Amino acid sequence: MGKRTIMPFGPQHPVLPEPIHLDLVLEDETVVDVIPSIGYIHRGLEKLCETKDYNQMVYVIERICGICSFGHGWGACASMEGAMGVTIPERAEYLRTILHELSRVHSHLLWLGLMADAFGFESLFNHCWRVRESVLDLFEKNTGGRVIFSICKPGGMRKDISNENLKEMVDVLNGLKAEIKTITDVFVEDASVKNRMTGVGVLTKEEAIELCAVGPTVRGSGVVQDIRLTGNHGVYHLLDFEPVVEEAGDCMARTKVRIREVFQAIELIEKAVSQIPDGPVDCKVPKTVDGEFAIRLEQPRGEGFYYAKGAGTKFLKRMRVRTPTNINIPALVKALKGADLADVPILVLTIDPCISCTER
Amino acid sequence: MGKTAQQNFEAVELSNLISRVGDLKADGYRLVQICGVNLDDDNYEILYSFDKNHELLSLRLDIAIGTEVESITGIYWPAFIYENEIHDLFGVQFNHSALDYQGTFFRIAEETPWKPKK
Repeated sequence: MGKRTIMPFGPQHPVLPEPIHLDLVLEDETVVDVIPSIGYIHRGLEKLCETKDYNQMVYVIERICGICSFGHGWGACASMEGAMGVTIPERAEYLRTILHELSRVHSHLLWLGLMADAFGFESLFNHCWRVRESVLDLFEKNTGGRVIFSICKPGGMRKDISNENLKEMVDVLNGLKAEIKTITDVFVEDASVKNRMTGVGVLTKEEAIELCAVGPTVRGSGVVQDIRLTGNHGVYHLLDFEPVVEEAGDCMARTKVRIREVFQAIELIEKAVSQIPDGPVDCKVPKTVDGEFAIRLEQPRGEGFYYAKGAGTKFLKRMRVRTPTNINIPALVKALKGADLADVPILVLTIDPCISCTER
Repeated sequence: MGKTAQQNFEAVELSNLISRVGDLKADGYRLVQICGVNLDDDNYEILYSFDKNHELLSLRLDIAIGTEVESITGIYWPAFIYENEIHDLFGVQFNHSALDYQGTFFRIAEETPWKPKK
């Protein structure tokens, strides 16, 4: 056994602007144990439900994260609508699905760029983010925002998106496909990228299940787990799709899942736009929330859990959000054991961590 | 539209918590989350949510504030994330945790900020 050293990693680290701290126990340059800790930016947003009414809480919950803000807003609205016993119009469900999948495209492109940056491929990073700008332009044109959209509200959508704009969205995304293919081919074909990711940070199928991992982290280990299959949010049950799964369980497998999900998201948007019915995009909701409701969404990073408990007033008694990164931290700890010190930044990124989400 | 998300809530007694959670693990359930809920100034509810075949089941454990709860990290190791969070925010003590941060998981200025102030 070599000499053991404890090395602090984070909360400030060049590859990750968000603060997570890992105590890495090293034997020479091999990680033998990891103790994660968070809490540098805990904001207590869930607790604001006691002083902000349920409509205001949607704005608060959206601000949990700048990347999956739409999904958080949707999850908050869906849990409140469930507690109220409200069924929203079909067109609103379609619009939510379309914008959620558009979020997946921009989130995965952002992550691919960060990953390229982590292994020092600066030009690849720039290309990923350049293409992502076109997706953000679509958000801006159709919702008014590039990061926070505030278009979801309890009862449906705050505004409609015209069929012409939706068709233009599909045209723009289809126009980006070739460019995304060129960029993402580098991730799976470039020798230096393959050297950094293939066979690194392997999480077996059994380990991923045991560690309750979610999203691309679990699907990269060969587990068919995708909350969109529940068919109880959006219109995924009408879009006929199979979850993207890769078997190898390493960094490359998780990357391939996200790459394939970018193209799948574009296909889902195209299908949804071809089927979307005309009609209203919102409905009346009660002024108070009673009862409770739990719902899950498949966020770009994995399963998000949303629970609203009413108090019979316009304020909620409890608003709970469990974000995907929260439950992927144990999987990260497992994947880091046995890794080389030089691979730690890449492995931390491989679960697509969002510490702002985790801290709430 | 699609089917409504099934709301399966099941009350569990403190004395039966470990055996019930153990049964769920043996039955192939995945731990989705654990959260604390303030019921009133004297009582908490702890909600344990599990998934099997994309169906959600939540165990509802009602406890008086100050009650110590057995950790489920011996059954679901990733539960340490949630138990430490509930400990730091609500002040619930989880016994026999596989990874107990002893109040240092969240670096917060105020101790147990979500515990009712009397």
